[in-house]
Amino acid sequence: MEVTPLGDSALVVRLGGDDRSEGEVSIDHVLAILARLERASIPGAVEWTSAYSTIALFFDPVLVARKCGSPNAIFERLATEIRRVLRDRTECEVTSGRLVEIPVCYNRAFAFDIDDVARHTNFSADEVVRQHSEANYRVRCIGFTPGFSYLAGLPSGLATPRRQVPRTDVPAGSIAIGGNQTGIYPSTSPGGWNVIGRTPLRLFDASRQPPALLVAGDRVSFRAISRDEFEQFPA
Amino acid sequence: MNATVLRAGFLTTVQDLGRTGFRRLGVSLGGALDAHAMRVANLLVANDENSAGLETTMGTLRLRFADERLVAWCGDQFEVRMNDGPFPAGRVARIEANEELQMTAPQSGARAWLAISGGIDAPLVLGSRSTDLRGKFGGHEGRALKEGDTLPLGRSSAHADRLAESLRETRIAEWGVHAEWAGSARRAGFLRVVQGAQRDRFSADTHRKFVLEPFVVTAQSDRMGIRLEGPPLENSDQADLVSEAVAPGTIQVPPSGNPILLLGDCQTIGGYSKIAHVITVDMPVAAQLRPGHSIRFHEVSLAEAHQLLLGREDELARFRTGMQLRA
Repeated sequence: MEVTPLGDSALVVRLGGDDRSEGEVSIDHVLAILARLERASIPGAVEWTSAYSTIALFFDPVLVARKCGSPNAIFERLATEIRRVLRDRTECEVTSGRLVEIPVCYNRAFAFDIDDVARHTNFSADEVVRQHSEANYRVRCIGFTPGFSYLAGLPSGLATPRRQVPRTDVPAGSIAIGGNQTGIYPSTSPGGWNVIGRTPLRLFDASRQPPALLVAGDRVSFRAISRDEFEQFPA
Repeated sequence: MNATVLRAGFLTTVQDLGRTGFRRLGVSLGGALDAHAMRVANLLVANDENSAGLETTMGTLRLRFADERLVAWCGDQFEVRMNDGPFPAGRVARIEANEELQMTAPQSGARAWLAISGGIDAPLVLGSRSTDLRGKFGGHEGRALKEGDTLPLGRSSAHADRLAESLRETRIAEWGVHAEWAGSARRAGFLRVVQGAQRDRFSADTHRKFVLEPFVVTAQSDRMGIRLEGPPLENSDQADLVSEAVAPGTIQVPPSGNPILLLGDCQTIGGYSKIAHVITVDMPVAAQLRPGHSIRFHEVSLAEAHQLLLGREDELARFRTGMQLRA
């Protein structure tokens, strides 16, 4: 475990030793530590967030100085406090993730890049769909755009590199493969992942409570639906 | 009451000090790219520092007010006129019902922040009134302003009403904030940085180039980030990083070697190596960079970055007290 500054108002807690140790640190471990740190009410903390094997703290240096009664060693104080909290090994109860089923229409009208994925993986398009929709996934991280979900658990045979030329407009709800991950585009945006289907669900709506359909740690499964079911899906 | 947008400029958005608490859902901080300028302008019109104001970038913004308001602006060298008379940066002015305020950006575009007493009463979305342009929410209908928009304004504070009374005759206060806060003197040409989270992925030679040579701002720059060109900054370790948090001020280096300085609307996570981070007190300088500008980086310690920030905060606290003593 290592605590490093991310500029003067944020820091990163690295839970793996090496910054490439994706997968080594389980999402449950990351979320348990995140919950423990959040509960510790560290002085000057503004918000905590996690991504893969790291946790980030955004803090207000002015508040930290005020609460500690000293303008010196702001980062060191926070790092020491974080290490102290993490030494305490009392387990935090962490939910092992809700199960969320996401209907996906893999119809060619939506699956712009399924032939590229089929060619790259040496599977038929139908086999790509079968494997993709039968696997179980876990939300590792939300980021990039509001609600964009990075899912781990893609069958290794389906891994496909990102497109050489990113699309300028990937439609909202698109399900795509990027490397060994699969993801869902919550809003129409540029993107380089291979699009293989679309969900009628709204992944993110700022006016909804909660705004995001998925949070880190959620378990996700995809259910293949027909074009008709997609079109008739209640908005 | 409200203000009507007679001309919107090319990119004018409603912004407060940003949206916190939702980074874990991928929601950017956003907010005024020069948060300090927005705070100072808000204090000048006796608003809460986090009240929503306008950030304007290029072209001409023209507003008509339906009732009497205090207005103040900070930022780059805009030509600002109230009723066809000049209205300098860093001052508070009283504008009357049906009068107009016009702000014209320099030819190449730059940024300025306008505060209006009572603030812009846009709905709070995820705890903020800032416009999230990529997410298309917050601010005024989740988008940049358009001609004909009507901006609802909140109630002026009692303090603002007393200030307005004191400006009954003079209209524009004869006092104001110093030039550095008003913003017109901000052309430092360099940005102070602290070490990046992945500084070890760059060779000593690359670090030398980073602090010795100038970088030029390219046209591919927006509220998310500024793309720079200069000596290529080679990652000694080319492997992709597993995505982790990034923040406004982060300078990340994609494989091309051309660094990107992230601003307020930046994504929440990124997988490029971070060579350095611009310190908070210099983000106002970064907010005024535009294509063709040349910039150098100067490394300072984290302790120095914090001292500078605390020093500025003390100065702001004195200014806040001073404002309370006026009117």
